[in-house]
Amino acid sequence: MTTNAHIEKKRLDNPPASIKFKIQRREKEGAASHWETFEIPYRRNLNVISALMDIRKNPVTIEGKQTTPPVWDMSCLEQVCGICTMVIDGKVRQSCSALIDDLLLASGGDTVTLAPMSKFPNVRDLKVDRSKMFDHLKQVEAWIELDGTYDLGPGPHVTNELAQERYSYSRCMTCGCCLEACPQYGDDNYIGPQAIAQAHLFNMHPTGKANIDDRLNGLMGDDGITNCGNAQNCIKVCPMGIPLTKAIYETNRDITVNALFGWLKK
Amino acid sequence: MASSGLKIAIVGGGLAGLAAAMKIAEAGHEVDLISVVPVKRSHSVCAQGGINGAVNTKGEGDSPAKHLDDTVYGGDFLANQPPVKRMTDMAPEIIYLFDRMGVPFSRTKEGLMDFRRFGGTLHHRTAFSGASTGQQLLYALDEQVRRYETTGKVTKYEGWEMLSLVLDDHQVCRGLVAMNLQTLELKSFAADAVIMATGGPGLIFGKSTNSMTCTGSATSACYQQGARYANGEFIQVHPTSIPGEDKLRLMSESARGEGGRVWVPRNPTDARKPKEIPDAERWYFLEEKYPAYGNLVPRDIATREIFQVCLEGHGVGGENQVYLDLTHIPADVLTERLGAILEIYEMFVGDDPRYVPMRIFPGVHYSMGGLWVDFEQRTNIPGLFAAGECDYSIHGANRLGANSLVSCVYGGFVAAPSAIDYAKNMERGSTETNGIHAAELKKQQGINDGIIANEGGENQYKLHEEMGKVMTDNVTVVRYNDRLKATDEKLLELQERFKNISINDSNLWATQAVPHARQLANMLNLARVITLGALNRNESRGAHYKPDFPERDDENFMKTTIAEYSEEAPILSYEPVDVSLVEPRKRDYSSGKKK
Repeated sequence: MTTNAHIEKKRLDNPPASIKFKIQRREKEGAASHWETFEIPYRRNLNVISALMDIRKNPVTIEGKQTTPPVWDMSCLEQVCGICTMVIDGKVRQSCSALIDDLLLASGGDTVTLAPMSKFPNVRDLKVDRSKMFDHLKQVEAWIELDGTYDLGPGPHVTNELAQERYSYSRCMTCGCCLEACPQYGDDNYIGPQAIAQAHLFNMHPTGKANIDDRLNGLMGDDGITNCGNAQNCIKVCPMGIPLTKAIYETNRDITVNALFGWLKK
Repeated sequence: MASSGLKIAIVGGGLAGLAAAMKIAEAGHEVDLISVVPVKRSHSVCAQGGINGAVNTKGEGDSPAKHLDDTVYGGDFLANQPPVKRMTDMAPEIIYLFDRMGVPFSRTKEGLMDFRRFGGTLHHRTAFSGASTGQQLLYALDEQVRRYETTGKVTKYEGWEMLSLVLDDHQVCRGLVAMNLQTLELKSFAADAVIMATGGPGLIFGKSTNSMTCTGSATSACYQQGARYANGEFIQVHPTSIPGEDKLRLMSESARGEGGRVWVPRNPTDARKPKEIPDAERWYFLEEKYPAYGNLVPRDIATREIFQVCLEGHGVGGENQVYLDLTHIPADVLTERLGAILEIYEMFVGDDPRYVPMRIFPGVHYSMGGLWVDFEQRTNIPGLFAAGECDYSIHGANRLGANSLVSCVYGGFVAAPSAIDYAKNMERGSTETNGIHAAELKKQQGINDGIIANEGGENQYKLHEEMGKVMTDNVTVVRYNDRLKATDEKLLELQERFKNISINDSNLWATQAVPHARQLANMLNLARVITLGALNRNESRGAHYKPDFPERDDENFMKTTIAEYSEEAPILSYEPVDVSLVEPRKRDYSSGKKK
């Protein structure tokens, strides 16, 4: 390694004195939404979460109106729990890893716009209810069926190659970015990429293979895999870089193989 | 499977809580699982480096007995040894169970599980799944528990926060009261036993490596209702974290386990870029002082050394930071074995650690202390159990890296049968339980109503910041008695001012103001336990270091600190430590371990 110039990150050289946050507000599910704008002093290393914490401490709009503190979800702040997902400057992503410098560099302005994900019930302000995603994991039986949790020694031999491939799927934190970006997902008509990828994760496992039929069945109903329109938005927005389109392709293949040869197993 | 009629409530859906839930459901009993966040988003996801178990697949002669020795030695002989032995004996089968659940552990060429080195040991004992092992283990349990959800054995209450226990006239735990974080509705959960698995209290220090859910609020509530809190003063400060505005992000010990080296320029005014500084002009101070363990000394030691180096003006650029350098390792190896954590660094700092040394500094990370439990994970309140970081039992005065994941699962696996056994044998259906749930609900509702009605003008988030600052300044790496006393006075002042907070949110639907106020009140109580425990312990042991008392004092302090709640101040007492298995000896990591 002789040079590391390629990893020098572009920095925001002339930051504004203050940054504006235009935030979509909603009192509760079903209520009408409206926008409020807040302003906080610029600091280096700010991310969207620390800006929201600032605003929460003293919720006064740019017009000087005292208002309620914005509500949002946050937990790990390391982009590994998925809870703080929202739509930031039109793009769905985690708010903890959304650095203000990067946002301003990209927009060229001094305003950051925050809205809740639109494909899930909006509990209040930026908080949404994604429990449906966990129901989808039940539908595809995304687990290994064990004989029991008592000591039965190690699992099957697995090549490192397969372990690494499964790991890439297993990093899914159920954040919902793929569903937000998917033009087919909405109104319960399509189970979406995350559940398909999780089914694939277990279909690939030497033990998990035993239940491949059950998992594929979960993907062959009205809301199943055939609803995928191949827009490929999911793979572009996945913060974990999960090969979602590959999972959909390979699961489709598994279903075809199963349909063709399934009767042989009877 | 027919229902046994037994119901056990578990508070917390991280590794320990899910481990217990899985075992109880498998045994055919019912579980109510209460969690502030969807369980898949629990703080266990943040654990990075791996899980320890002496499987000895590397021909190094490792054994559970050596794992026991490393753990109690690393913990500076403050842990009761029998439960540590039971854990290290169980560790290999725990790892194998996760392997069977489909966790994508990194593998060897032969297709076996791979193991790496971690701090405080000379053996390759740490199984890992990339550098997001906690996430992978949590997901495996999440999947198993979801399966039991579909069979009706487990009912999840996600988005509910526990406020208090329901105790009967004999101080027996009969359930708990929790608050729905969307509606603020209170509900009492009747249970034959309750298992606390609520993790650590990092948020007491304001910024830490912990998730925003790690307030210690629920454990503090138990303490205030009579549960004993043990070794509260033992707070682990992780040597390597990435300072941030909102939190201190963890940089895993696995970075050093894979060969990462800690250094500063020999000349503190050296302004060259790190890669331009030749080896001879770098001070690898851990390797120099601890030739045997080098960069893999236990965390308390690494933290103090880094802290001291910066205090003496040797920090990079004169600031509180040192280099953690991986750039001598091939980039593709780093990507495969550490990818997830290197991404975190790059995402938040902007430099790629495969090519540029990271700049890091210690940050509050873990509580060795917690609810007192006996060797069967029973607290002193009948019917109340605890497991995971919220119990004190395994790590003594300092936790070794990659021992937390195994202790969480171990705690859950022991608490579950212990709670079942208790529930089977308890006297049930007694008339005494009538009315106690309603009374506790009323009491808790009254506290909420008081908070909502209050308009004293104090800002709770500012109070939280003040608490975090005073605790970080005075109750972390280096402790002095005068400052600890001043800290307690400050905490008392904050408790007074807390009575005058205004919640500043007129919309109570899904408000974060009321839950945060409840948490803050509880955190202040626990902060006093931590501070006064530290004040009273006049010695240095593990993570607890007093320059005025630099030596370990086994005669007076090889004892567990027990704090019991009273209105005025925690009442402290001391209990002997069971050192029946490994004879205490002085810690020395400069050479190989002395026997």
